[in-house]
Amino acid sequence: MATLLNNPTYRGYAFQIVFVLVLGWLVWDIIDNTARNLQKANIAAGYGFLDRTAGFGIVQKLVDYAESSSYGRALLIGLLNTLLVSGLGIILATVLGFIVGVARLSSNWLVSRVAAAYVEILRNIPLLLQLFFWYFMVLRAVPGMREKWTLFGVFHLNIGGLHVPKLVLGETAWVIGAAILIAIAIMIFVAKWGAARQSATGYRPPVGWINLAVLIGLPVAAFFVAGQPLHFDVPVFNETGPLLMRGFQADSGMTVIPEFVGLLLSLSLYTAAYIAEVVRSGIQAVSRGQTEAAASLGLRPRQTLRLVVVPQAMRVIIPPLTNQYLNLTKNSSLAVAVAYPDLVAVGGTVLNQTGQAVEVVSIWMLFYLGLSFLTSAVMGYFNKRAALVER
Amino acid sequence: MNRKIASILIGATMALTGATAAGAGTLEDVKAKGFLQCGANGGNLIGFGATDEKGEWSGIDVDFCRAMASAIFNDPTKVKFTPLNAKERFTALQSGEVDVLSRNTTWTMSRDSSLGLQFVGVTYYDGQGFMVRKALGVSSALELSGAKVCTQTGTTTELNLADYFRSHNMPYEVVAFEKNEEVLQAYEAGRCDAYTTDASGLYAERLKLTNPDEHMILPEIISKEPLGPAVRQGDDKWFTLAKWTLFALLNAEELGLTKANIDEKKTSDNPEIKRFLGIEGNFGEPIGLPADWAYNVIKGVGNYGEIFDANIGPSTPLGIARGLNNLWSKGGIQYAPPIR
Repeated sequence: MATLLNNPTYRGYAFQIVFVLVLGWLVWDIIDNTARNLQKANIAAGYGFLDRTAGFGIVQKLVDYAESSSYGRALLIGLLNTLLVSGLGIILATVLGFIVGVARLSSNWLVSRVAAAYVEILRNIPLLLQLFFWYFMVLRAVPGMREKWTLFGVFHLNIGGLHVPKLVLGETAWVIGAAILIAIAIMIFVAKWGAARQSATGYRPPVGWINLAVLIGLPVAAFFVAGQPLHFDVPVFNETGPLLMRGFQADSGMTVIPEFVGLLLSLSLYTAAYIAEVVRSGIQAVSRGQTEAAASLGLRPRQTLRLVVVPQAMRVIIPPLTNQYLNLTKNSSLAVAVAYPDLVAVGGTVLNQTGQAVEVVSIWMLFYLGLSFLTSAVMGYFNKRAALVER
Repeated sequence: MNRKIASILIGATMALTGATAAGAGTLEDVKAKGFLQCGANGGNLIGFGATDEKGEWSGIDVDFCRAMASAIFNDPTKVKFTPLNAKERFTALQSGEVDVLSRNTTWTMSRDSSLGLQFVGVTYYDGQGFMVRKALGVSSALELSGAKVCTQTGTTTELNLADYFRSHNMPYEVVAFEKNEEVLQAYEAGRCDAYTTDASGLYAERLKLTNPDEHMILPEIISKEPLGPAVRQGDDKWFTLAKWTLFALLNAEELGLTKANIDEKKTSDNPEIKRFLGIEGNFGEPIGLPADWAYNVIKGVGNYGEIFDANIGPSTPLGIARGLNNLWSKGGIQYAPPIR
């Protein structure tokens, strides 16, 4: 017995088993206690309410939704809106962040100062204030509901949002979708062939031009072959009639609501400031000797950046970049402050109408957790690819 | 099974606070800590629950809590207020964070039956209305077809709005903000044609606009919104106390008892007044209070009519007429069972 107690392996196992048992008991106790307390307080529990009719309207919906849809459907609309704003926000913030980050290292004094000022101002003001600033600035800057500004004859802007023609897909539109997929496959093949050819012969075929031709040519050809299954639904603007009826007609064209624009702007501008710093630190982490070595090998500055600096900088950039993506996604839950119907906004209405606080909060947490896991997994994959392979 | 999954997530909070909810009586708890914890409107709703620049609370919802404090402690100041938003309010009451929720909350069946709370009565008969710009040239809510409507999220107003427009076959678009402040700003910026919330709230919000006179409140009331305080289910004694505090306010107005004249009325021969003041019989004892509990209420905060006039009545900036909220004997529907 004494030898077993002194054996580090067995002792280690014993402690771990005790720990798991205690943790399990704690979790079970919390669940059981809550269920009993809910019952005792006479509060209905369970997820049955998701099938009941929601009955309220939502201003932006990516898939079909009406007041007669269910609470579950309403939450789905909210989730899609969250995905839309975080997805676009991540793309915008990354592009802008890389530009600002590189600009901050520029040898041009003005460019680097402007970039530094951008970073310092944007990241030192609370996001909620920026959100209000952009939203109300957007609202105050554009013409009222019965007027409009028109750009290029097809884009119309007023306080109701940006009104653009909506792409309507015909029955045979899938042919075009298929053509795009095939074009992408061909492009990948051409790129690989080009690279092989370059290493074999030293000459690089005009891969870019070939790919451009494929990308445009194939879908256009498919469009005509399928009998032109696309057309545009143009927004209708009424200038006469009672005042309330003037302005853009509902359900005509596509409307990008100002709530979305305000939220997207503030999220991407704010996060871009952080990404800029991440990019700067990544580039500065690549030692100067690397650049000099590349130059002495005869690589041109652009090649140096593309083949030597960026691949090494990515190792440093990707992990903190993942953090910023997660932050942006989570920060998008501020949406309700400016009436953008994201998951939290819609869920809040569901919560209030049904009173199922525990359930709705659990759905929120589950979705955000899932979203964060997904982002982490994707970024983890890129990180692995960028990581230093030691031989 | 579902119940268990749901429970995992905020289990810890409920496990800690749920015990108080089901434990000793709320009255004993309140007496022991020496003050009443009251959930009030955190959104600065003038006339109902609002704080001034000194942090002093006012409003009829606030005065109801003061009335309860007067009944329990004979001191209307023994109240602490918890500012709550629409989303937080029920959880705050359920979890025992507040002893009573008095935050212009609509009494509905689902709230009364499945949220673990009980409505005490109606402090204000309200209904949802619309505010529009006079320049819009609209005189009835029925002309609002195709309108963009701003409102606050997380309340029954979104549902009422949808029901009203659907039942009249009118298209609409709703823009729902988290806080009143932003609803008002967006409405003022012209994002919406109309602003909808409870009519009482509209009167209050209109005053905050740059030019209140350019806006009007449409005559239609599209919903029944009886606003009242609520307490947790399962503590009948506390429920009765809260209910009769409200009835005392109403009965005092009916009996002509005011904050100013209640001391003189002690000599009154009217048996109803004598019972009210605790001179005849002891109606306080069964609810755990002294015999003169009702006297303390009126001495502390005045009767229902006084509270109404001081906070939202015609002489205040809100200028709301008594209407439905008048006593039953004066053409309204406010009616309280007798104290006897």
